[in-house]
Amino acid sequence: MSFRLAKGGRRIDRSRYVRFTFDGQEYSGFQGDTLASALLANDQLLMGRSFKYHRPRSVVASGPEEPNALMGIGDGARFEPNRRATEQALHDGLIARSQNAWPSLSFDIGRINDLGARFLPAGFYYKTFMSPRPFWKHVFEPFIRRAAGLGEAPSKMDADRYEHRYAHVDTLVVGGGVAGLLAAKGAAASGERVMLVERSADVGGRALVDGGTIDGKPADIWVREVVRALDTAENIAVLRRCEGSGIYDHGYVLCSEDLTDHLPDKTGPRHRLWRVRATRVITATGTIERPLSFAGNDVPGVILASALRDYVKDFGVAIGDRTVIVTNNDDAYRTAEALLEAGLRIPAILDAREGADSALISKIKDMDVKVHLGRGIAKVLGRDRVKGVAVCLQAGEGAVLQEIACDAVAMSGGWSPVVHLWSHCGGKLTWDDDRAMFRPDPARAPTNGSGKPFVITAGSASGALTIAEVLEDAAKAVGASPPDCTSDPEAPILPVWMMPQGARAELRAKMWLDYQNDVKVSDVRLAAQEGFESVEHAKRYTTLGMATDQGKLSNVNGLAVLADRLDETIPQVGTTTFRPPYTPVTIGALAGEARGEIFQPLRRTPLHDWHDENGAFWEPVGQWRRPYCYLRDRETPDQAVSREVKTTRQSLGLLDASTLGKLLVSGPDAGAFLDMLYTNMMSSLKPGRCRYGLMCDENGFLIDDGVVARIDDQTWLCHTTTGGADRIHAWMEDWLQCEWWDWRVHVINLTEQFGQIAVVGPQARAVLERLGGMDLSAEALPFMAWADGTLAEVDVRVYRISFSGELSYELAVPANRTRQIWDALISAGESFDVTPYGTEALHVMRAEKGFIMIGDETDGTVIPQDLGLDWAISKKKGDYLGKRGQQRSEFQRPDRWKLVGLETVDGSVLEDGAYAIGEGKNANGQQIVEGRVTSTYYSPTLDRGIAMGLVAHGPDRMGDTLRFTRIGKAPIEARIASPVFYDPEGQKQNV
Amino acid sequence: MSESVITALPPVGMITVRGVLDEIGDAFTNVVGCPIPEQRLSTRSEVCGVLWMSPDELLILTDAASERGLADRLTGALAGQFATVVGIGDARVVFDISGPGADDVITSLAPVDLAALGETEVRRTRLAQIPAAFWREGGGYRLICFRSVAAYAETLLQNAAGTHPVTQRA
Repeated sequence: MSFRLAKGGRRIDRSRYVRFTFDGQEYSGFQGDTLASALLANDQLLMGRSFKYHRPRSVVASGPEEPNALMGIGDGARFEPNRRATEQALHDGLIARSQNAWPSLSFDIGRINDLGARFLPAGFYYKTFMSPRPFWKHVFEPFIRRAAGLGEAPSKMDADRYEHRYAHVDTLVVGGGVAGLLAAKGAAASGERVMLVERSADVGGRALVDGGTIDGKPADIWVREVVRALDTAENIAVLRRCEGSGIYDHGYVLCSEDLTDHLPDKTGPRHRLWRVRATRVITATGTIERPLSFAGNDVPGVILASALRDYVKDFGVAIGDRTVIVTNNDDAYRTAEALLEAGLRIPAILDAREGADSALISKIKDMDVKVHLGRGIAKVLGRDRVKGVAVCLQAGEGAVLQEIACDAVAMSGGWSPVVHLWSHCGGKLTWDDDRAMFRPDPARAPTNGSGKPFVITAGSASGALTIAEVLEDAAKAVGASPPDCTSDPEAPILPVWMMPQGARAELRAKMWLDYQNDVKVSDVRLAAQEGFESVEHAKRYTTLGMATDQGKLSNVNGLAVLADRLDETIPQVGTTTFRPPYTPVTIGALAGEARGEIFQPLRRTPLHDWHDENGAFWEPVGQWRRPYCYLRDRETPDQAVSREVKTTRQSLGLLDASTLGKLLVSGPDAGAFLDMLYTNMMSSLKPGRCRYGLMCDENGFLIDDGVVARIDDQTWLCHTTTGGADRIHAWMEDWLQCEWWDWRVHVINLTEQFGQIAVVGPQARAVLERLGGMDLSAEALPFMAWADGTLAEVDVRVYRISFSGELSYELAVPANRTRQIWDALISAGESFDVTPYGTEALHVMRAEKGFIMIGDETDGTVIPQDLGLDWAISKKKGDYLGKRGQQRSEFQRPDRWKLVGLETVDGSVLEDGAYAIGEGKNANGQQIVEGRVTSTYYSPTLDRGIAMGLVAHGPDRMGDTLRFTRIGKAPIEARIASPVFYDPEGQKQNV
Repeated sequence: MSESVITALPPVGMITVRGVLDEIGDAFTNVVGCPIPEQRLSTRSEVCGVLWMSPDELLILTDAASERGLADRLTGALAGQFATVVGIGDARVVFDISGPGADDVITSLAPVDLAALGETEVRRTRLAQIPAAFWREGGGYRLICFRSVAAYAETLLQNAAGTHPVTQRA
């Protein structure tokens, strides 16, 4: 059984109990425990089920590399799946639950997969569920998804807050072990701005567990002194519980800081995502111990030797009384030392090396521990927890020499430097045969914009193994001299990729490489046999190193097996790609502040509040909100739109047109510039007058339209569509800055300077006269003219333009005064039944008049000539943007779909986007179509459906009847008509 | 987060001036009372502040009541030159950010190195998802953004300051 030792535990405070629940059951631990250590202390060895075979699993590690003990933490709006129990700090009220087990962790029916494991080799799903194809989506995938998968997605909205923080530093040090501390100290000494991030709660790293003597002091004292100096220095920030998650181009580094996950009190932001720009990054990210591949190496109780040492020394927790240690290097002997110090027994150390000898080994032997050289584990005995091991010769095929009873197995297969951050931005690795590891190759470092290396590794992340090597390497990284420290020489490691070396198939099928994804030695060998020889292919075929593992535990062992099967060397096979983040970063942290009401910017016109208070039924238009209509009493939106259209046509309507783009174009060459941008002539427009214009791109396609007003000799004001304001501004600047840089033209975007109110309807003039201050008679201000003046003592510019076909004035009012004029109009218009109308009434009225709308009648493939707008294209001008494009033969084809009006025979409304059905089928067997609906509405004015559409030879087929598709219904007939359904002579707007 | 105070200021007069800055310098200074600022910097006179916006654009800040008059005088002084002068005070909103937490508010929303920000420097940048500019003022900062997103900006700033945390609507 696993239990709490009577004494010891560097990180725990035995005077402070912490209560928590796991799978609904109450437990207690100590302040300073991790969830994993507290569960072990309560003999809860079983912590999860594997992904594919649902095998029982316990912790194998003590840090971020833990593949098994993934749990759901919290509940309700604070639930998060897949958190590593080894890193979740215990706090009062913590709620944890196991994952991937049904109906319960201890009795999981999915375990049946394990019994059939030999029927579920790598690629099983790919091979088995190939056909029939429709079954994949409806039968196979739903079934597999239920049986597989890690934690559940949260079902409630996240109750927490998150934030970002930008930082700029000269040196960012990732990792707060002795190497990181020394590097940070060295960098800070030269006056640099330094930031040090350490993912755990304490700085000091492995030295706090493994000890050593630095500058004549015990390592923990040395660490404490350095930390005190760093914490008080002005030019360095030390962040704990902050992970260096990813390194990107240009010295951009993402760090993820945990602010409340370890606390019962969840006020304030939960995570802070640091977005750091660093001139130099020092990765002192340490190393990860490798498991050994022997049969049954996933049975609960089999654990990395260093992790067991951590549990004993940091938390005073043991996995059992009797631990067999199996190793191929000296480091596991430190675990032996720790266990013996804690009063635990070691029945045997199985060292795969023949004749290994060092001071440390001798020391352990002298403590009466039996060390068997050249031996390994043939298999682990026990199913749900370790009961013993069967010993064999490492050099053999697995013949059992003896069985040793034990409760735990501590394994060490060597060490792999954490090269993830080094690799994120292109750092290359080199295989070190002596140390049996991939380590960063300083000659091929990630480079910055000047082609110079900007990432340096320090300490064991460089491949250093002893504390003396670690400090020397870290000092070198910052050009400092290392502190005084020596380490005893250690016996060389023996690479062991399979135990025993000649293991037979039935043993290979029980050797786990990737615990989380249930990938075994046999799977990788099968992948190679079936031709997935590239390491990237083998990874995808077997799922080795996927999900949260990302190459932490399984990578080197897996590719060594692959290399062996392919008769290649490990460096020939290479590694898979290390991608950020190092461990998962919450989506909330990535989103930062962007949630709730500030998920994205919401643009408000100067009249937004009035709309909101007066029944606006909102419609998003880009980032603006515009009223679609205003609901009165119990109206439906359709009823409101009808009312708004009718009242406007009969009396008086008001529209908030503030979102229209307003671009001031000024300068000696402004006229020539606008003649190039618009298809028609703008330079000939007289000051005081307005003209409707079209803009095309270089290909001739229509991209925007609007009314242009000439202000003075050198100045025009161009109205764009709402969506075109920024786009057309950028388009103009593009041409001015990149193509016609010597043209003297300024473009100033005045979109937000002015609110714009359309005063529309037969009573428009009358209501403006009530405001007083300007002569707005037909003589003083004719159709398509504008004038400056004052209305109700506010400066305004009045444009006499109409998008509804009615008598209409658009008032441009400084934004801060717009509400004042609007209120005055509402009040003065009361006796005219003044009716604010929304975007839908606007659309209906323009459609009744046959006015096109960018984005409805155009879709990026339509030229003005398709829309019958030839009258707005100047024949006199030598050039304009799009002229050349429009001359291409495709655009001259007589059967291009052209704009027409459409009236259903029965008066109903056509479906938006419906197609006109033509004759026969095309080469692909599809129905031939000869046109489509671009705009379709119920017209309250005409009390029938009206539509516009593009139809082949359309304008030549007036009166013809076409059949239009309907979704799920029989086609419907509609007649081709003029697109101008209302007041074709234009009398109403010109009074 | 340490405390900070976010205040939306009443309307401020603003004038955009476009032109060849080397050529309009003397006439500009005569009217405005201070020289044209160097790249990325600002200058001040008794009646206004001038912010460098781009190689051919300046932004003048003055009180709202003076905007029209100053713009007219500048237009007159620059007559005959290729220059454009437009009042745009209604298009933008100014916030004051003060208190010991002001730096944290800025750096949680804008990718800016405040240690590198000079006393008279104007930083055109982004505030979360919108364009903005800011400069040092009285120990804190003044920040401008477009009017249509002023409510978004204010909520962003208050949320970052912790004075009005945005909570998720259920």
